[in-house]
Amino acid sequence: MIFETNTIEEVKVWVNAGPTSDFPEDGGSSIFYEGEQIAIFNFSHLNKWFATQNLCPHKKQMILSRGMLGTEGDTPKVACPYHKKTFSLETGENLNGCEDSIKTFPIKIENDTVFVGLYEKK
Amino acid sequence: MTKIVIVGNGMVSYKLCEKLVEKNTTASITVIGEEPRPAYDRVHLSAYFEDANADKLSMASRDWYEGNGIDLITSEKVSKINREKKEITTHNNNTFAYDYLVLATGSAAFVPPIKGVDKKGVFVYRTIEDLEMMMAYGKKASSAAVLGGGLLGLEAAKAALDMNLKTSVVEFAPRLMPRQIDEEGGNLLKQKMEDLGIEILLNKATSQITGEGTMTGMEFSDDTKLDVDMLIISAGIRPRDELGKEAGLEVAERGGFVVNSLMQTNDPSIFAVGECASHNNMIYGLVAPGYDMAEVVAEQLVHNTDEYQFDGFDMSTKLKLIGVDVASFGDPFCDNTPHSPISISDTQAGIYKRINVSEDGKTLLGGILIGDAEDYNMLHQMCVNEMALPPHPVDLIAKGSGDSGAAIGVDALPDTAQVCSCENVSKGDVCCAIKDDGVTDINGIKKATKAGTGCGGCLPMVNNILEDTLKKMGATIRKEICEHFPYSRQELFDLIKVNEIKTYKELLNKYGQGSGCETCKPAVASLLASIWNDLILKEATIQDTNDRFLANIQKGGSYSVVPRIAGGEITPDKLIAIGEVAKEFDLYTKITGGQRIDLFGATLNDLPLIWEKLIEAGFESGHAYGKSLRTVKSCVGSTWCRFGLHDSVGFAIEIENRYKGLRSPHKLKGGVSGCIRECAEARGKDFGVIATEKGWNLYVGGNGGANPKHAILLAGDITKEEVVKYIDRFLMFYIKTAEPLQRTAPWLEKLEGGIDYLKQVVVEDSLGIGEQLESDMEVLIANYSCEWKEAINNPKIRKRFAHFSNSDQDDPTQKFKRERDQRFPVAW
Repeated sequence: MIFETNTIEEVKVWVNAGPTSDFPEDGGSSIFYEGEQIAIFNFSHLNKWFATQNLCPHKKQMILSRGMLGTEGDTPKVACPYHKKTFSLETGENLNGCEDSIKTFPIKIENDTVFVGLYEKK
Repeated sequence: MTKIVIVGNGMVSYKLCEKLVEKNTTASITVIGEEPRPAYDRVHLSAYFEDANADKLSMASRDWYEGNGIDLITSEKVSKINREKKEITTHNNNTFAYDYLVLATGSAAFVPPIKGVDKKGVFVYRTIEDLEMMMAYGKKASSAAVLGGGLLGLEAAKAALDMNLKTSVVEFAPRLMPRQIDEEGGNLLKQKMEDLGIEILLNKATSQITGEGTMTGMEFSDDTKLDVDMLIISAGIRPRDELGKEAGLEVAERGGFVVNSLMQTNDPSIFAVGECASHNNMIYGLVAPGYDMAEVVAEQLVHNTDEYQFDGFDMSTKLKLIGVDVASFGDPFCDNTPHSPISISDTQAGIYKRINVSEDGKTLLGGILIGDAEDYNMLHQMCVNEMALPPHPVDLIAKGSGDSGAAIGVDALPDTAQVCSCENVSKGDVCCAIKDDGVTDINGIKKATKAGTGCGGCLPMVNNILEDTLKKMGATIRKEICEHFPYSRQELFDLIKVNEIKTYKELLNKYGQGSGCETCKPAVASLLASIWNDLILKEATIQDTNDRFLANIQKGGSYSVVPRIAGGEITPDKLIAIGEVAKEFDLYTKITGGQRIDLFGATLNDLPLIWEKLIEAGFESGHAYGKSLRTVKSCVGSTWCRFGLHDSVGFAIEIENRYKGLRSPHKLKGGVSGCIRECAEARGKDFGVIATEKGWNLYVGGNGGANPKHAILLAGDITKEEVVKYIDRFLMFYIKTAEPLQRTAPWLEKLEGGIDYLKQVVVEDSLGIGEQLESDMEVLIANYSCEWKEAINNPKIRKRFAHFSNSDQDDPTQKFKRERDQRFPVAW
């Protein structure tokens, strides 16, 4: 099953990713849903949440959720812990310009619970 | 309310307004200028030729005047002063009453009375409008002559060259810039100008300008001719004093309103400042004295004091003419002063320098610099402050290429030395901005002190003072670690320590910007750990991945685990315990190059379980994941070896336990060998100790890796206690001063003075910081605790070691295979 990058309008299911306390401040963790690994980031310094694929496209490892958060100018980003490739958390764009982009997913917080919006591609 | 009317809106007029505003004047101010635009920077007028951008030259916008309540009237010329009624009238018949009138009418280009100067194609070089007319005319022309080989004339020649015109300079005197430089300097300058394609005609008195209505050439008194399409006159300035005569204001013989040291004309309610004022029969054609005059007037108008007076001005100057440095300072000729001139002339390099040393050889009277004026500010200040000369004054100008032979640095300047003459800023002012206000760059200095905002000639010196002062404060120049912190690692070290900052967030909020990144976060994490040795677990998300998970991330996203085995010594029981753990979790096992046992293939979920078992068996973290002390390797030493001189194992264990957990700019390794055979390879380590007949030799700054380096002897034949003391000092000094991720070898290489300096600091305690370094180390040692233990005992922290936050399972994508009876990761 593959989930695509999507907009809020396209969301078919809001997946409960767990309580906000599962995700360290200014850090991330990953969740498992229907075979997909999704990285969820609690960017508390910006008071924002982000969700992306967990797979780093460089060496194809499921480790983006362990990456370090930061900003480049105004762009929030995550640096892969493996080789410090950086990706925009807003668009998924590879900020080093040498790898594929990553998928990003809509995210929302309700009653201290994190929800990721997914769209199932047929 | 007091009414102040200022006539003229040039640089000095603007400066006066600025000073009045700064001093919180309560008067109403009206400025009347005849040019269409507000004050602009006439000093850099030739820049207008490059881009015709008047905004860049602007000193203040109309909004600035309006915002400060100043009534600015442009394109209006004052035609009459009525001193009895205290009012002025403009050419549009508008009248303005005043209590105080300031004449800042400046000067006009002096046009010599040559036959034909009224012909079309003849210009003066003074205002933006002049330049615009020249540029328009120059499009149709192919050649231009400049009348006058002084400062402004050569500037005008550059302007003509920029218009792609064949350019000649016509000078009456036998050399260029006759008022600033001597014959030899003039010859060199002529050569430089000619190299650039400018023709230089000397000893030429122009008798007439030829042409019918439009000029076609020039004729000289020696019956020679020059065919040329246009002429730019730059033969000096004439003060704009035409308002004076009719109003009964005294005007000097050579022009200019006569003023006293308070800048008052013979009517005490009327002042004159800038190039229209004649003080002691002197007209100043530079902007800096004008600014000084503005200060004198502003003080009187606002504070009603005559304490501040104008007492003449040093006419030293430096400029860059078409890429050629030209400077003169003090008395460049000393025609009437006994002196000994020292000069060097390098026609090959196009450099000429001359200094005039007083007869007693003690002070500098003045000088000339052409082709290389880098030392102008310094020499000028030595001259002004009558600073002592070095034993061989020739050293001041005879600087070899790349060799900083001139022994005098900004350090020698007194704090009172004026570094920016335009804004009257002293060296002390600049130092204060750096030390007290935390300014770290030139823009900051400009904002805080205004130094360098006038002609800009002082910027090289201001920059030297900035670097010198920062350096003395222990900062490294402009090595900002990333876009989020405008500081070097050393500066951050000091900020954290002095302000007792304990978290990244606190540092970012106080001294940073943005939300940080993968560069500054680990660097700060390392600093916090080096300074406080607090548990890195408290700030897990600013740690590099290894430090965050207290293990080394490996292929497939699995981790390796290395328990500490100090000095490489291990009991059979502990060996068995490691074997059992490895077996239970199916970990690949290997003895490392540093005499430890590495256990590979642990999943994130299993890490706490593995540590639990290892800790139970008496192990603790080996910090193999950290930028910290990894291992102290040892040979067997005197205990078993027939050659061993001392107990290398015992000493290695002692040292490793002393520095375990110590965070540093990069990983640290040590070694202790029991004899010169060096079986521990101690000299391939950041610090290595080798037994000698008389004690121990201590080596530092070695490493293996991509650029192997042998450690260098720091101290020989010393006792164990001395070894420990010196390692304490060496490591703390390195931790405090190295760049992020700089190992000890490159750090030592870049350390000014190298190993000799390090010996002085560490062994001889030349800086007197030895005890401080030792006590800093004691704090870190006292704060040690095992990170693994904390992670497994603290449920909140322990929860972080899970691959998924919503599932207990391991990462299903991790793939392994079996080889040589062990588990291996599958290749990328």
